[in-house]
Amino acid sequence: MKRMLVALLIILTSCQERQKDYKEAFIEGSNIKALNYDGLEYYIQNHPSETLVINFWATWCAPCIRELPAFEKLGKEYKNKDVTILLVSLDFPDQLEALKAFVEKKDLQSEVLYLDDGDANAWIPKVNDSWSGAIPATLITGSKRKKFYERSFTYEEIEQELNTLIN
Amino acid sequence: MKTFKILTLLALVVVVSAFAANAVIKKDRSGYDIGDEAGDFYLRNVDNAMMSLRDFEDAKGFVVVFTCNTCPFSIANEDRLIAIDTKYKKLGYPVIAINPNDPHIKPGDSFKAMQQRAKKKGFTFPYLLDDGQEIFPKYGATKTPHVYVLQRVQEKNIVKYIGAIDNSSRDEKAVTEKYLENALDEILSGKEVTLKETKAIGCAIKS
Repeated sequence: MKRMLVALLIILTSCQERQKDYKEAFIEGSNIKALNYDGLEYYIQNHPSETLVINFWATWCAPCIRELPAFEKLGKEYKNKDVTILLVSLDFPDQLEALKAFVEKKDLQSEVLYLDDGDANAWIPKVNDSWSGAIPATLITGSKRKKFYERSFTYEEIEQELNTLIN
Repeated sequence: MKTFKILTLLALVVVVSAFAANAVIKKDRSGYDIGDEAGDFYLRNVDNAMMSLRDFEDAKGFVVVFTCNTCPFSIANEDRLIAIDTKYKKLGYPVIAINPNDPHIKPGDSFKAMQQRAKKKGFTFPYLLDDGQEIFPKYGATKTPHVYVLQRVQEKNIVKYIGAIDNSSRDEKAVTEKYLENALDEILSGKEVTLKETKAIGCAIKS
């Protein structure tokens, strides 16, 4: 009986194990971690927070910039509910100075990551199969459910979506 | 023994459901799919003339690309579009660029700004304004740049390829796969397009 349980456990954990080919490094002179897609996936899977609100944005994307304050506020308001906001930047590799300056100037409190992976055709469908690649886009992953949105949000709208997923 | 059976069954159920959870559910997107017939349009070009697909009597098909003045990905791809137009227009597949953005939302995408951009860059292809933002939803374009290859089959324009120009829209030097050119080359040699749909990051269309 005990042996069977051990065997069962092995079967279950072996499902979880996957070969990772991830890269991560900090952008020079900042706290922004640069990751390829496998690195981002690993980071998300191993994040200590129960719920993640992952927003794909870029400094050159006007609607993204417009909705950032809503995500910043969401992070503050829902900190005690174990919700973390991850702002995943898709800026160009030659615009990292602009990204750093923007994050500093706006004093962003959310976790900012830089997705450095040019092979978009390979990783976009991994985020969500329905995603065409337009930004802004947001993925909410909770312990029970996850949902993907290819759209902009006001604070009220994103709060409502988060609540339907965590309650 | 019974416990053994139940446990084995349980393990099987868990394993199977783990796979089921990872199964991808394809969502329907609005707009054209591969094999659909694309409708014609009647839009204003930067030279002020109105333009339709039926104006191109000798074309074998089209490279319709939704693009704009302001999106960095569009800007990064302008030279590539000129090169593709120059190469494939001669072979019967001209590029037709359409700006889907609403100028009231994005002043940098006004008709006047389009004229200036086309002149400054020396666009070799028409650059049309989707006035009223009615054409891009028919196609199902969501972002700029967003490419549709149409092949003319008995007066009908059939969608043969949807997606990105290549696999590195940010950095031309890093391109290793030219999706659009591969699709055009396959069509021109009478073959089936191998990679019919690709994805790339782009700016959401502002309407």
